[in-house]
Amino acid sequence: MGRRRTAAWIVATKLVIWAGALIPLAVLLWDATHGGLAAEPVKDIQHRTGRTAVVLLFMTLSITPARRLTRFNDLIKFRRLLGNFSFFYALVHVSSYLLFDLQFAFGDLAQDVVKRPWITIGFGVFLILLALAITSPRSMVRRLGGKRWRALHRLVYLAAIGAVVHFALAQKKDIRLPLIYAGVLGLILGVRLLLPRPGAGRAAPDALDFTP
Amino acid sequence: MLIRRPAELPAREITDEALYWSRREWLAAVGLGLAGATVLPRRAWAQGDEKPTSYEDVTSYNNYYEFGTGKDEPKENAHTLRPRPWSISVEGDVKRPATYEFDDLFKGMKPEERVYRHRCVEAWSMVVPWLGYPLRDVIKRLEPGTKAKYVEFVTLYDPRQMPGQRRAVLPWPYVEGLRMDEAMHPLALLTVGLYGKPLPNQNGAPIRLTVPWKYGFKGGKSLVKIRFVEKQPETTWALAAPDEYGFYANVNPTVDHPRWSQATERPIGAFFRKKTLMFNGYADQVAALYTGMDLRAHF
Repeated sequence: MGRRRTAAWIVATKLVIWAGALIPLAVLLWDATHGGLAAEPVKDIQHRTGRTAVVLLFMTLSITPARRLTRFNDLIKFRRLLGNFSFFYALVHVSSYLLFDLQFAFGDLAQDVVKRPWITIGFGVFLILLALAITSPRSMVRRLGGKRWRALHRLVYLAAIGAVVHFALAQKKDIRLPLIYAGVLGLILGVRLLLPRPGAGRAAPDALDFTP
Repeated sequence: MLIRRPAELPAREITDEALYWSRREWLAAVGLGLAGATVLPRRAWAQGDEKPTSYEDVTSYNNYYEFGTGKDEPKENAHTLRPRPWSISVEGDVKRPATYEFDDLFKGMKPEERVYRHRCVEAWSMVVPWLGYPLRDVIKRLEPGTKAKYVEFVTLYDPRQMPGQRRAVLPWPYVEGLRMDEAMHPLALLTVGLYGKPLPNQNGAPIRLTVPWKYGFKGGKSLVKIRFVEKQPETTWALAAPDEYGFYANVNPTVDHPRWSQATERPIGAFFRKKTLMFNGYADQVAALYTGMDLRAHF
């Protein structure tokens, strides 16, 4: 496909993604400054940013199934951006926990991570997303080499499953919403199994996106 | 175990004009209102530095699974509850077992205002100016027998009025209980109002239990049955998740919930946590009830 011809709409689409992905943050900041947060403001911040991170992660993971279903390969050009926004919200999520709940008492963090499985899992998910975000620039792909880079980025599946488990374990009793998330994730991952990668066997070109 | 003595709990009075007038409104509403009625006796038990949580937050941030599991759902859905007429059945080893009309149960008694700290097992907290009758006064007039070792409190079961009961998210009806000496403690309250008004439906109208040194879930709401029993009642959350919620459920910063610490709490509306006090700050009054008990085992 001619690059020159597609560039303009790709840039436009990326701008739309930027704008869309920043809406939850804008709403959060507005609510935080206009008394719109729930009675437990910190919990509200954590719930919102956690859910947004997961939704964006699901969108990131939907790119591949969508490509296979539609054969519209240029969708790959938006995957990295979505993934990095997912990490961004996970970062706000974790930061609010460190700031408000722990007040940067890292000893308490270690205790929480060791003692509480849902935090252990959540922390693991965050470390994975952090590693993927750090290695998301083009230069890092080159430094690592495509094969190793792809192996590393396969951890995204683990992160997605872990995020849903973390969400479910955080509930007191009612896990309907986490179950819905689990269903959506199952669907996204299921499509991959039903529609195998075209030309499987040779190095997959779809993992790399060098579009600025 | 070692029970730390908390800061003293100075009596504290609220002089708030809006509250004063709304109290008159309440008196009228429950039919006690006589022109020129004296202001209700007020006793305050929260710490001096703590202001009551806003009426808005107290009545819109609720755990009341009978109306949904979200914190905002009780306020949204509780309009289907009909708090009047209301009767309460008194059963078990008691001299006066009967089904009492709401007003008959408290005939001749005056409701008291009690400003209590309210600590949820989920590690958030409020300060609420409740209005109610000391549970011990009601129990005394019912005259329990010698076999009454525990008091059981049963919430209404009626899925038409309580849509949350259509799902088995908890075993219905909601049951709570106290040991007799806990029930006879002067801090335990049968609550009928807050902020000088009758209890809003989402807070457990028309009558609920308030036990300020225990986690909030001990306070059964919309009570229809009070039973005097010999065996420790099988309480709802202890049945639903026995490793997470016990029968005693005393506020205790040294015994963590399996999934989170109980050492600190988030006051409603605040961004930062504060330290949780032993027995929610009521250790001076209630610690003696638990002398010699392993509070780690009896959480």
